[in-house]
Amino acid sequence: MFDYLTSLLGDLNIIAYFIVPVPALLFVSIFTLFAVLAERKISAYMQDRYGPNRTGKGILQTVADMAKLIQKEFISPSHADRWLFELAPFIVFASVFMGYAVIPFATVYVGTDLNLGLFYFFAITSLSVIGILIAGWASHNKYTLIGAMRSAAQIVSYEIPAVLSALTVVMFAGTLSMQSIVVAQSGGIHNWYVFGGPGDVSRILMIPFMAASCLIFFIATLAETNRTPFDIPEGESEIVAGFNLEYSGMKFAFFFFAEYSQMFAVAAVLSTLFLGGWQSPFGNLIPVLNTPLFQIFWFLLKGLLIVYVQMWLRWTLPRLRVDQLMTMCWKYLIPITLIIVLIVGFYLVIR
Amino acid sequence: MNSNEIYNLLKSFFPDAVIDYKDDKPVEPYIIVSAKEIDKICLFLRDEENLQFDYLSCLSSVDFDNDNLAAVYNLYSFVHNHKLNIKVIVPKSDPVIKTVSSVWNTANWHEREAYDLMGIIFDEHPDFRRILLPDDWEGYPLRKDYKVQEFYNGMKVPY
Amino acid sequence: MAELKTETITLNMGPQHPSTHGVLRLELVLDGEIVLEVKPVIGYLHRCFEKHAEAMTYPQVVPYVDRMDYLASMNNELGYAVAVERLCGVKVPEKVEYIRVIMAELNRIASHLVALGTYGLDAGAFTPFLYCFIDREKILEIFEITCGARLLYNYIWVGGLSHDITPNFKEKVLEFVKVFRPRIKELNDLLSFNKIFIERTANVGVLPPEVAINAGTSGPTLRGSGVNFDLRKNDPYSIYDRFDFKVIVGNGEMGTVGDSWDRYMVRVWEMEESCKIIEQAIEQMPAEGNVQEAVPKRIKPPVGEIYARTETPRGELGFYIISDGTNYPIRVKARGPAFCNLSALPLMSKGCMIADLVVILGSIDIVLGEIDR
Repeated sequence: MFDYLTSLLGDLNIIAYFIVPVPALLFVSIFTLFAVLAERKISAYMQDRYGPNRTGKGILQTVADMAKLIQKEFISPSHADRWLFELAPFIVFASVFMGYAVIPFATVYVGTDLNLGLFYFFAITSLSVIGILIAGWASHNKYTLIGAMRSAAQIVSYEIPAVLSALTVVMFAGTLSMQSIVVAQSGGIHNWYVFGGPGDVSRILMIPFMAASCLIFFIATLAETNRTPFDIPEGESEIVAGFNLEYSGMKFAFFFFAEYSQMFAVAAVLSTLFLGGWQSPFGNLIPVLNTPLFQIFWFLLKGLLIVYVQMWLRWTLPRLRVDQLMTMCWKYLIPITLIIVLIVGFYLVIR
Repeated sequence: MNSNEIYNLLKSFFPDAVIDYKDDKPVEPYIIVSAKEIDKICLFLRDEENLQFDYLSCLSSVDFDNDNLAAVYNLYSFVHNHKLNIKVIVPKSDPVIKTVSSVWNTANWHEREAYDLMGIIFDEHPDFRRILLPDDWEGYPLRKDYKVQEFYNGMKVPY
Repeated sequence: MAELKTETITLNMGPQHPSTHGVLRLELVLDGEIVLEVKPVIGYLHRCFEKHAEAMTYPQVVPYVDRMDYLASMNNELGYAVAVERLCGVKVPEKVEYIRVIMAELNRIASHLVALGTYGLDAGAFTPFLYCFIDREKILEIFEITCGARLLYNYIWVGGLSHDITPNFKEKVLEFVKVFRPRIKELNDLLSFNKIFIERTANVGVLPPEVAINAGTSGPTLRGSGVNFDLRKNDPYSIYDRFDFKVIVGNGEMGTVGDSWDRYMVRVWEMEESCKIIEQAIEQMPAEGNVQEAVPKRIKPPVGEIYARTETPRGELGFYIISDGTNYPIRVKARGPAFCNLSALPLMSKGCMIADLVVILGSIDIVLGEIDR
């Protein structure tokens, strides 16, 4: 979209910088509003209770929450590092939101189809760890500091299995461009990379490995978004709220915003890599399902389903301990993904 | 073993420290021992083959309103399934008792509580502080002659 | 290369912290995530129960007893009633004994449900908490129908009860037991045998039996360490010797004997045993009887003193009562089980992690109302 706009605007291409993010920002805002509501409704459903049901039958609950948060006084602790304290939530949100630049919502809407798209996504979203560290440090509180340390260790570790499992797809597709990866999976559900991607019959051999790769990617991104069972950076029963303990009002809302944006962002990347992105599962059988509007529909459907699974897990599982978290990453996920990468490599060479 | 037999056994080992044995119903029988040697007696009670009082059920402090304070030890043995009550009586002017927290860990907090609320001082206790009340509280509330302090850190106490 | 200099952090956990189960403060000395030292600081909820009791007549103490362990008020009342009745030599009617046992066991289930639910919260699982509270709600409804209160009942009086049971009480209790049994299995599926939960709790906070005895722990904390000791069986009070039930002990099924998972699991299976007791009691309970006929007009125990102990959901609740023959007790000392169990916390949590500490604290199931009194 960026390329299209710049070619359209010619000399005025600076405007494109301001126009392109608008749909994504709108989407993220609306998504967060409804994801928070959905989270509360889903958890209520799982726990045999009603959930929010007063403010406009519950639908406006998050809007009301937002209004409340906006009105709140800006409080910063007396010993906090004022500048960093103010800055941290925006770093976290900005880094997550910048990831949306390369997420292909449809053929017609992708912020910019970088040829290094996937690489860019991982690089830019992992910057959020800096924001979290700053938040934890600047708050001048021991709980936030512990939370920030945990978060840094966790995000840095889980980058590796996430990138490695994404690498398997990249090896199949031969490109880092998100749009090209999606295009490579056209032709129906059997061509998705979770089922070994397009190719001859021998790809059946790859199904277990690619499925495992997909699962590992899901687990690793779950850990990167700090969701249960990996929510140790903010484990409320241990370190109260972790790195965002001292934040209130809008600054707290930004952390919230970032978390939910990231949930969808990683879900979107997962669906792009393994589940065919905006591709219809029926391939070309029903051509009307491949129109841009339907592409967005498929994309959102897949993304939201994955977000639903993330929420489902959150309300089912207990939290891991910090050393178990590291054990799982370094002793299990990374060796397994390395082996999968190796097998995929051999397969691609032999094929 | 019942309390009387235990009393006789104790008397033979600690003739000076074991003072008296009381068994007048409905009061449960109890043995009065000296405050100076309570720790040795308790160690003996715990380790002696056919006593083995390995469980300190309760340690209570009592103010009899007659210039005497007392600490009451309710013991129980898991091995032999028998009970024993021991009483240590000390004068209010010098309420010092040897600690038994090295014998039973339970006693640690119970002795601190007895000190906190009744003002009995347990000698050689490893961590002797108030436990329920603030460290700078004045007086020992469970004593019968306790008068609450007027102000605590500038806050009016009686209301 | 010069040795890298590191420092320990002193962290105040509480008194306002989501998982200290009330107003407990833990002074932690941390080396990174590792807990080097734990110092529990209590007393934030001290209400001078023992001093109050000296100014009250014997029946007037009962509401204060309620407020000690507010999650198991019935058990506390029972403990106090047993102590005073023994001191006075009062014999209560059969029907009263049965109702007391049913109430105490129902309250044991309710209390265990809170313990297990909040334990899930401590481990990071939110949903089991609400599952447990659904069932607890049903028990509280039974209590409400019987005595009008949901938390602090003032129901078991010295020598009797405040109200007789309602006509459909038996059916209601049996219906609850019927509905509740499968729910234990549901809880096990959701939480107890969850792989992550086992990882978190097994081999964590191991309390060897001899240390447990020496530290004066009791109840599920002691039985979790594999010590077969339950006052209902070993030193029966009321009519507990008439019922057939098992004493659950920890067996180290998932790790070491005496770890947090064992303590947790003892509570789960104890609920099952309580159901058994309730069913037997309902069956044997005599239909006729006046629940207040043994309540004396004025309670004046003879001069004397007594230490009576009963088994509450948390362990051995002892009342040491001294009477001088008047209406007012000279001394009422309550030996709270959670008080002694908490004092064993530093022994269990040497060298664990912060997350473990929360789990260990949850597994000994403290109620600060009773610790601070």
